[in-house]
Amino acid sequence: MTNHWIDLKNSDCILVMGSNAAANHPISMKWVQRARDKGGILISVDPRFTQTAARADIYAPLRSGTDIAFLGGMIKYILDNNKYFKDYVVNYTNATFLLGDKFKFEDGLFAGYDPKTKKYDKSLWALKKDEKGVPERDMTMENPRCVLQLLKQHYSRYTLEKVSEITGTPKEDLVKVYEAYAATGVKDKAGTIMYAMGWTQHTVGVQNIRAMCLVQLLLGNMGIAGGGVNALRGESNVQGSTDQALLFHILPGYLRTPTVNLANLESYLKVVTPKSVDPKSVNWWQNAPKYVVSLLKSFWGEKATKENQFGYGWLPKLDIGQNCSWLNLFDAMYAGKIKGFFAWGQNPACSGANANKVRQALGKLDWLVNVNIFDNETGSFCKAPGADPKKIKTEVFMLPCAASVEKEGSISNSGRWAQWRYKAVDAPGQAKPDGDIVVELMNKIRDLYKKGGKFPEPILSLKWDYVDQKGHFDAHKVAKEVNGYFLKDVKIGDKEYKKGELVPAFPLLQADGSTSCGNWIYCQSYNQQGNNMARRKKDDPTGLGLYSQWAWAWPVNRRIIYNRAAVDLDGNPWNPARPLLKWAEGKWVGDVPDGPAPPMSDPKAGKYPFIMKPDGVASIFGPGLADGPFPEHYEPLECPVPKNIMSGQFVNPTIKIFTGEMDKHLTCDPRFPFVGTTYRVTEHWQTGIMTRWQSWLIEAHPQMFVEISEELAQLRGIKNGEKVKVSSARGEVECVAIVTTRFRPFKMGELTVHQVGMPWCFGWMVPKDGGESANLLTPNVGDPNTMIPESKAFMVNITKA
Amino acid sequence: MSEGYSILVDTSKCTACRGCQIACKQWNGLPGTATKNVGSFENPQDLSYQTYKIVRFSDGKNGDGKAYWNFFSEQCRHCLSPGCMAAAENDEIVQDEKTGAVLYTPATKKLDFKATLEGCPYNIPRQDPKTKQMFKCTLCFERITNGMIPACVKSCPTGAMQFGERDKILEMAKKRVEELKKKFPKAQAINPDDVRVIYLVTDDPKKYWKYAAGK
Repeated sequence: MTNHWIDLKNSDCILVMGSNAAANHPISMKWVQRARDKGGILISVDPRFTQTAARADIYAPLRSGTDIAFLGGMIKYILDNNKYFKDYVVNYTNATFLLGDKFKFEDGLFAGYDPKTKKYDKSLWALKKDEKGVPERDMTMENPRCVLQLLKQHYSRYTLEKVSEITGTPKEDLVKVYEAYAATGVKDKAGTIMYAMGWTQHTVGVQNIRAMCLVQLLLGNMGIAGGGVNALRGESNVQGSTDQALLFHILPGYLRTPTVNLANLESYLKVVTPKSVDPKSVNWWQNAPKYVVSLLKSFWGEKATKENQFGYGWLPKLDIGQNCSWLNLFDAMYAGKIKGFFAWGQNPACSGANANKVRQALGKLDWLVNVNIFDNETGSFCKAPGADPKKIKTEVFMLPCAASVEKEGSISNSGRWAQWRYKAVDAPGQAKPDGDIVVELMNKIRDLYKKGGKFPEPILSLKWDYVDQKGHFDAHKVAKEVNGYFLKDVKIGDKEYKKGELVPAFPLLQADGSTSCGNWIYCQSYNQQGNNMARRKKDDPTGLGLYSQWAWAWPVNRRIIYNRAAVDLDGNPWNPARPLLKWAEGKWVGDVPDGPAPPMSDPKAGKYPFIMKPDGVASIFGPGLADGPFPEHYEPLECPVPKNIMSGQFVNPTIKIFTGEMDKHLTCDPRFPFVGTTYRVTEHWQTGIMTRWQSWLIEAHPQMFVEISEELAQLRGIKNGEKVKVSSARGEVECVAIVTTRFRPFKMGELTVHQVGMPWCFGWMVPKDGGESANLLTPNVGDPNTMIPESKAFMVNITKA
Repeated sequence: MSEGYSILVDTSKCTACRGCQIACKQWNGLPGTATKNVGSFENPQDLSYQTYKIVRFSDGKNGDGKAYWNFFSEQCRHCLSPGCMAAAENDEIVQDEKTGAVLYTPATKKLDFKATLEGCPYNIPRQDPKTKQMFKCTLCFERITNGMIPACVKSCPTGAMQFGERDKILEMAKKRVEELKKKFPKAQAINPDDVRVIYLVTDDPKKYWKYAAGK
């Protein structure tokens, strides 16, 4: 979230799209309700009439996988009707910037597409710069090559008629949503978006979110109370796991993983340190070398020296173009290229798209370690229906671990609040906290490396002192390491810091090896003042629900990021009734500001508000993504329509399509005529591992089901409550049919399209007749930027079982 | 008696998260029962001697063809003049003077179940088939007499359930109905003068649950 949960109460219009917040983030509705109590409007856009829709002031249905068409229509509506917040757009976004001559868009493709590599040459999307390297701008936004004009041109095709024909949303519903949401494009109104996996799990996932970013920027909704782009994270600590880089492509604090061509620290720092020659641009990432060197010092302590480039050579590096995300890992595993696998706190046999392939892949391993609080379909994959344990060679180890209440540590919520949790009870039996399992594992690995092995230095040189006196994992030691230390006595400005002191906050981190920091964005979370994550003060001086002394939020306890866009050029709040920030008597009052510099209009020291962007402004034109600088509608890889009526480009041209024997997909195939999607229910958590064993929860949602419309039920002769078989090109699942008015056939021009939906919380292990995972049906194709699978839009058939 | 406590269930704020249903089981130490999906989110299918509270789900189409999905967190209404007590002779069922809670004692096993059930306008009492004792919601009697609010109310994330002194709850209900009427002309509080657990609905009560406003 750019904002945070409580901030939802400050909104005038809440759009829930790509999410069913009422069911999956129940507490969020407390704050949504507060907004509604003050006259705020709740909009739900969803293929299915959900629990969120039941509470919404406006509901609009749309066919899964057509969100960009829906939002593209909204962008056109905002531009055509001059609903955009002009002062904001002109000053705080790149709408005024000019594009180079090579940029163009034709029939679904942007300039620079290479059909052989399925990649774009993004240099053709470069902004025009003057001889000094400053972007050229037209503040009137009339130049036909300025971003706003190109934006207008791009979305001129997204007419109500075309959008309705693609999405299946009735035109009057489109207009209702557009009108209500566009009304927030004024100074004193805020609109916000709550999205989740309904947007990410598509071959256009990132662009779904980008499309909403464009809406938010046009309406001036970024950086303000009650606004922002808010991802409702699917796990209580998934924000933390991303921040700490439990991913292949980043190091802690969103520093990119080095690649083999960046052979030394200097070359790496060069690519991670953007430059700006505009004195008004803060360009915060220019500080990247401080964060990188402090991270290396945290990894390798005294062994990281200036002479050995602080151990940069010991960092693992990716091959050029190498992508180690989920779908690729399991593809490699299926091909027998991976011998061992730790399934740690997860259940890929049920959570992985195309779960049949995942289950087959597990059988190609030599060993599998399943770390979980319960046995699951992954650890026991060789006992799955249809599997023959005698023919599976994989050796499986089960390591029972402590549940969240059985260990101490921090947890970072969607709103970037790191909150400290205490241990309530000891873990039962031999179950251990994950931290202890990691420590024991690494100790063994280090012992083995001491006896020999290739390239032992990175392992044996590690700073490795994160245990208490009894040898147990010490969460406080790790949290302090993450915050960072001064490694020698230093004087910064007129202040002296002693060796061994915790660094107050990341502006004091250094690139010379005199500080360590395990994750720069968490610097300040645990400093000389104490464990800030454990704070529990309820003061709220702004009345906006920032609760700045409750826990701690990254970065530097800023509760709403890009908050300098909440004020005008002179530092006065756009909306005086919700003053997130205000420049008063030479300083900022309110939230922790995005940098201490005076307001933008200050001729000497004024700065642009979007400090993390090299140009200091937000990107309406975003040239960084794999699939284009403006979001464009493409059909899902599996879809019910014979062509993309927006262009000649049927699907996202940059997606990777796997072509093995298990990688089947069928589009517009009469055998699989219905759109399928997956979702969650309140009662079950992820694949249901923690909830399917719980009698009250399984009592409330006992069995795998599929929701279908009355019309489709009639077509297939299916009665409510009957057992049916749902199948795709990849597998089949038995479900109980819920026949409901809450799914309706989509009228798309001349075409009628039916959609069905299933939860993915079940699995064969428990309860006995609970049913199987919906992921046996989902396709293993991903977004070109993230490789998140397209589990939200695929094609199925449904018949009586 | 008209003092004591009341619960307000504002269905216009309910999201059917079922926190109340689960919290009721948890506080009362009741087991999860074996269920099947029969074509609805609603489960278990009915109240029982092991289930004092169920969220009823009801979907359909309005006159304009648009879908609705109504949620009704069903429980004992703790009537001011409880019909179920009509069949009781010797304090098998008692009405607590201070709180107004209607409580079934172990002696309910001696009562005629059919008559007790028939006496209830809302079809609430249930019987343990083995012991013949009757069970239902207790208004969390042991909680509310020890300074706590009922478990279901405590679990509600949206403020759909409120607990408090009866006159304040009645006032709250009245104000909320007036607010809701602006958008929903059929908005009403169900039998507020007769019951302690007062439901607010924005449409015909029958579109929520067949016994929402009584049999």
